[in-house]
Amino acid sequence: MIAYYFNLALRSFRRNKALTALMVLSIALGIGASMTTMTVFYVLSGDPLPGRSHTLFYPQLDAEPLRGFAPGDEPADQLTRYDAETLLREKRGDRQTLTTGGSASIALQGTTLAPFRVESRYSSSDFFPMFDVPFLYGSGWPASSDENRERVTVIAKALNERVFGGENSVGRSLQIEGASFEVIGVIDDWRPTPKFYDMYSSRFGKPEQVFVPFSTSRDLRLARSGNMNCWGDSGEDPEGSEALNAPCVWIQYWVQLDTPAKAADYRQYLAQYSARQRSAGRFERPDDVRLHDLMGWLDENNVVPGDVRLQLWLALGFLVVCLVNTVGLLLAKFLRRSSEIGVRRALGASRRDVFFQCLVEAGTVGLAGGVLGLGLAQLGLWAVRHQPASYAELARLDPVMLASTFVLAIAVSLLAGLLPAWRAMQVTPAIQLKSQ
Amino acid sequence: MLNMRQVTKVYRTSLVETHALRSLDLLVEEGEFVAVTGPSGSGKTTFLNIAGLLEDFTGGEFSLDGENVKGLSDDARSRLRNQKIGFIFQSFNLIPDLNLFDNVDVPLRYRGMPAAERKLRIEDSLGMVGLSSRMKHFPAELSGGQQQRAAIARALAGSPRLLLADEPTGNLDSQMARSVLELMEDINQQGTTIVMVTHDPELAARAQRNVHIVDGMATDLSVEPGLMRAASAPVDGAHDTRA
Repeated sequence: MIAYYFNLALRSFRRNKALTALMVLSIALGIGASMTTMTVFYVLSGDPLPGRSHTLFYPQLDAEPLRGFAPGDEPADQLTRYDAETLLREKRGDRQTLTTGGSASIALQGTTLAPFRVESRYSSSDFFPMFDVPFLYGSGWPASSDENRERVTVIAKALNERVFGGENSVGRSLQIEGASFEVIGVIDDWRPTPKFYDMYSSRFGKPEQVFVPFSTSRDLRLARSGNMNCWGDSGEDPEGSEALNAPCVWIQYWVQLDTPAKAADYRQYLAQYSARQRSAGRFERPDDVRLHDLMGWLDENNVVPGDVRLQLWLALGFLVVCLVNTVGLLLAKFLRRSSEIGVRRALGASRRDVFFQCLVEAGTVGLAGGVLGLGLAQLGLWAVRHQPASYAELARLDPVMLASTFVLAIAVSLLAGLLPAWRAMQVTPAIQLKSQ
Repeated sequence: MLNMRQVTKVYRTSLVETHALRSLDLLVEEGEFVAVTGPSGSGKTTFLNIAGLLEDFTGGEFSLDGENVKGLSDDARSRLRNQKIGFIFQSFNLIPDLNLFDNVDVPLRYRGMPAAERKLRIEDSLGMVGLSSRMKHFPAELSGGQQQRAAIARALAGSPRLLLADEPTGNLDSQMARSVLELMEDINQQGTTIVMVTHDPELAARAQRNVHIVDGMATDLSVEPGLMRAASAPVDGAHDTRA
């Protein structure tokens, strides 16, 4: 019967073209606006590592001095180099990595390629397996490279194409800040959104082009960038605020804990570590350790901008207005057909048959509204992509949102059709047949 | 085929109670052609709506083809209506944006019949009323007589046991009315029970039996011996209209 009802719906559309067009337009406008904002929201609030994010944690320690402390203050967002290197050395997680961003000049000896600067990242070896980084050639460096401060590098596909013409460059030499590094891996297309591992550089930007062991980066004093908060003098150390014992937080630290039990143990470990540091006189504030999982950390950092949330609510409000409008139009449409409904009832249609016929018609309006709404959403996303926002270029419909557009359109129209269909099935056939 | 005993129908509003049928008794045997007459407002249409399961009754007993219809669900009444009853209306009630083929198809669709069987029945029904060549025509493209023939084809397509006709010739000129009536007589000859509501005494005279409804009560004025009569007592205003 669904096919029959669908056929009847199409005939009904042909009969009332203007009314149908109004309904389709109403649904399409609501869907277009909603899907535009929902897509932006979805892109920004998505899980950058589906299936793994629940095992990745971001620890926080409160290493700042007692001066200026107020109860309830949040601990610092990043770790000191000392704490990060100690946690890394003690290896209490299944995997762990410390990381920070920077920039470096790139050159290739023996070529005419002019040196250029790229964004760089300095990490420890577990960075690649922890974050599921895909490799085109080679792999990440082993832990021994961290310990031995080896001059090895992993580069992004784009840099490999620019410097090596896209060839397998594993084993080739690359000049980074004038020092020679051996390429040991080339990362394939990889764009975690948001760039969760560092909330202090472009949150929705592309990953860095060059990856170097953190220990090596300190050896060579490679330039770093990003947020740094210091509360004291670094003394005579030539590394200044980046020195091992500098009173500065600037390192992001991630730990992989594969089970909830391990996460609970790690929390305990952090508390003990904090207490130990307090006893040693390094920490002055009351113990306050935090351990957010990846999605919790993104929430903590309000990774979805407030204006995007507001736009989403406004668009959903607009969808409700369109829904109410469609309810009115469907009601008018169905009740105008009361005489036909009366005839159908006389010929054997039950109330349920009438109800489903009307719902199929409403769903068909939704399908048409979904197609038009999809076009409007694409137009809306095109407009978003031309906005000067860091996330602008990410605003695109993926297959999930494409399917969601139709699901939402049909669901909304079915919802809009419920009341009119219920009213239509209540039509008294005897009265309609007599009034003809 | 149709057995009503002490059937009443009361329409209630907050201000007034209207007794449309008062203890109506009527038995229509299988294969009969019964005309139901009566003045305007006498309850003829209410009777027809109740007989066609389009409206519920307030009191009494009513069985259709041996099945007690009291308290049946909407689904069950719709199924019964679809399988056993055909309707012919004064204003034809064809669906304007369906062609004749699709109009006749409507009751068969609700019966869940396979497409091939539906096609066969539609073609047979339209052939029987002489509209084989008009299957793709829309109601607006036909004369009143042709529309009523199409409505009869639609009523017959499902092979109903009972045909209910409400002033079937009321909107037709005399020549077309005659042709429609002859068609109904043919249908009755083939075994279909017909109950026809009409104002027209000439039309009523063509039926085997006349039942007169006045003030919501029926009087059977049939001349055919042996057929069931209306069991109610004669009412004021009843007239003998023996055919």
